[in-house]
Amino acid sequence: MESKTAAVSLRNITKSFGPVVANDKVNLDIYRGEILALLGENGSGKTTLMNMLSGIYFPDEGQIFINGKETVIRSPKDAYACGIGMVHQHFKLIDVLSAAENVALGMKGRLNLKKTSEKIRNICDKYGFDVDPDQKIYSMSVSQKQTVEIIKVLYRGADILILDEPTAVLTPQETEKLFAVLRNMRNDGKAIIIITHKMHEVESLSDRVAVLRRGCFVGDMATKETNAQEMTDMMVGHKVTLNIARPEPVNPKPRLKVEGLSVKDEDGIYKLKNVSFEARSGEILGIAGISGCGQKELLESIAGLQVTESGSITYINDDGSAEELIGKDPRKIMDMGVALSFVPEDRLGMGLVGDMDLTDNMMLRSFRNGRSMFTDRKTPKDLAQTVVNDLEVVTPGLSTPVRRLSGGNVQKVLVGREISSCPTVLMTAYAVRGLDINSSYTIYNLINEQKEKGSAVIFVGEDLDVLLELADRILVLCGGEVSGIVDGRTTDKNTVGSMMTQIGGTGHE
Amino acid sequence: MINLVAFIPRAVVQGIPLLFGSTGEILTEKSGNLNLGIPGVMYVGAISGVMGSFFYEQSVDPADMNGALAILIPLLCCLVGSLCMGLLYCFLTVTLRANQNVTGLAMTTFGVGFGNFFGGSLIKLSGSDVPSIALSATSGYFSKSLPFAGKLGWVGKVFFSYGFLAYVAILIAIVCAYVLKHTRVGLHLRAVGENPGTADAAGINVTKYKYKATCIGCMIAGLGGLYYVMDYACGVWSNDAFGDRGWLAIALVIFTIWRPFVSIFASIFFGGLYILYLYLPTGMDHMEYQELYKMIPYIVTLVVLVLTSMRNKRENQPPSSLGQSYFREER
Repeated sequence: MESKTAAVSLRNITKSFGPVVANDKVNLDIYRGEILALLGENGSGKTTLMNMLSGIYFPDEGQIFINGKETVIRSPKDAYACGIGMVHQHFKLIDVLSAAENVALGMKGRLNLKKTSEKIRNICDKYGFDVDPDQKIYSMSVSQKQTVEIIKVLYRGADILILDEPTAVLTPQETEKLFAVLRNMRNDGKAIIIITHKMHEVESLSDRVAVLRRGCFVGDMATKETNAQEMTDMMVGHKVTLNIARPEPVNPKPRLKVEGLSVKDEDGIYKLKNVSFEARSGEILGIAGISGCGQKELLESIAGLQVTESGSITYINDDGSAEELIGKDPRKIMDMGVALSFVPEDRLGMGLVGDMDLTDNMMLRSFRNGRSMFTDRKTPKDLAQTVVNDLEVVTPGLSTPVRRLSGGNVQKVLVGREISSCPTVLMTAYAVRGLDINSSYTIYNLINEQKEKGSAVIFVGEDLDVLLELADRILVLCGGEVSGIVDGRTTDKNTVGSMMTQIGGTGHE
Repeated sequence: MINLVAFIPRAVVQGIPLLFGSTGEILTEKSGNLNLGIPGVMYVGAISGVMGSFFYEQSVDPADMNGALAILIPLLCCLVGSLCMGLLYCFLTVTLRANQNVTGLAMTTFGVGFGNFFGGSLIKLSGSDVPSIALSATSGYFSKSLPFAGKLGWVGKVFFSYGFLAYVAILIAIVCAYVLKHTRVGLHLRAVGENPGTADAAGINVTKYKYKATCIGCMIAGLGGLYYVMDYACGVWSNDAFGDRGWLAIALVIFTIWRPFVSIFASIFFGGLYILYLYLPTGMDHMEYQELYKMIPYIVTLVVLVLTSMRNKRENQPPSSLGQSYFREER
């Protein structure tokens, strides 16, 4: 490995934002024909480091060598000139334009969309992408958008590729497809850097790993010679246990009963069809399915936010009396103890208001409380402080607008608030989307705590490995229908995977 | 029954100022700037042109007037005047990131006042007994139609009876439509208006595009004011005569769903609606109906607005970042 010249060498790179040192004397080598996984907790400076390579930030100190030659990168244009292209976590695409138009954006010379489309098709054929150059971005799925981003980079002739959390929004199948493409590119002699939080992806994809901790370079090693445990310990700086606890359900009683629930969207297409299941107190019901299979509609129906077509949702009180939830005011449902924390793809959309600070966002749940005409600000402030302390939210203060926090921290605030209300039914969707491994475990522990307190937890997840370790039972959705309900302790990934793509799959309970 | 051969030319001359205004505003809005100052810009464009031609007419003997100069001086004055308005708007909203709505409305108020103030001064200077200035010599050059137009019967009347600025308006609209749709500049401009952050990351100079589009848009709109005075009003400036045509131009932008080419027909259609009340029989005892008929263009715009938002087709929506200032370091 040492005999090759590095495609990129970073030497003593330092970058600080005001008093915060984001990167401190980082040294890193990236080679061609290799996939490097860059690991680190949220806020450890991975993205900052990569942004310096792609010309968005400019390093305070240090040198960058491209193919052994010292290079100064001042703008994204300079980076492209060096063959460096980055696929950002938040896509930089224009919705109303077609894929080809987006690719052509910012290039020089006469506009010739036909030629652009042709070149895009060539790239697609070479690496196995599947994208129609004339399709508008807004009609694309998340994975197609990501493909366009990658094509954009390749179109400009980049041979050093940086991907910032590319799998955070992809389904397992889409992830596999992406990885196949990345392996193709590696074999083609490109240098690839991938930032990810998912250990099994690191293990299956990368050739080498480099770890950052609090802005410092901790070390790198060949993936083959290490394991998830060692990598995590390096990231966190101390030993952590990597097993998700799954306490036995305590005294499970039926809490929520859904029967024959159907939901249609605006165009009259069924989003949910005849869904029936039961959620029990003291138990985690995992919901698996390809994204867009009705998970959102299901949770929203229970929370009273969705107009339903037919079926019933019954809430069963401790004393055994039942109450129908359909047709009830969402506020009433919430007061009964049904909490929903949905983390959408853009993280902020549902549940938090970006321009408001932490305290105010806590107040969104409690502003009706209190007797006088003035709102009570003290309790939410205390709650915000508790969430910040318990979940280790990195924030300059409680009065910082949520929008300014990093993605992972925004999520901790949202999940923390929902859990704090001690719900009897806790619904969470994609609670760990984009969170680093340490924060994810914090969230898992919080969810388990709720379970032990007797909440019925409905956990919508995208990571099958986690679902299999955390959930007591797993409901698999396929195209809006229940494909089956399996026992989380006895089933395996393949069974659930096949049920996700085909109703019934192979293994029923 | 309405006499179409007489009606269409009148609708066209009504429509041309609107076409200038809406083409300019479409260009501006495509860069993400919602310039509600267009009515003011058109006033400033008109009065600047009037001032230029007034002083030129005063300084030379009517017999020695040079046709080229008589056209170029007001034209240049008009362009410079509206360019200044465009620069002012850009400086406030792009450089200082002021609120676009407030800035635009203030500029309309300012532009109308500016026009009336200098219009009043010129009227005083000319010492005429009616409260208006007549620049009939200059107007003669502006409204000169092709010599053979009179010989072609109704074809000549409908298609060739206008001054050169009318054809310039249509040409500008066609060029704008082509540039927006088929060139790299147009693609970049649309990108800036849709998502300046993305455009910035792709290496497009957002500030430059916003400045250029807005200033060129203002200059085009200013020509609308000039056309109104020099051609439509036969060179007569009187205060407040331009009326609410500026607002109608902005309404047209929505009506045409941001397409300059559509605007060519839509503006003539609006011009027709604008004067339709003159052609509908109301009778002398029901003059109030006329006022209702004058509302037709606005009602049509409302209907279009409702229809486009109901159909919810993404291409027909306004540029997504319309009305928002762009600041790179904002998260």
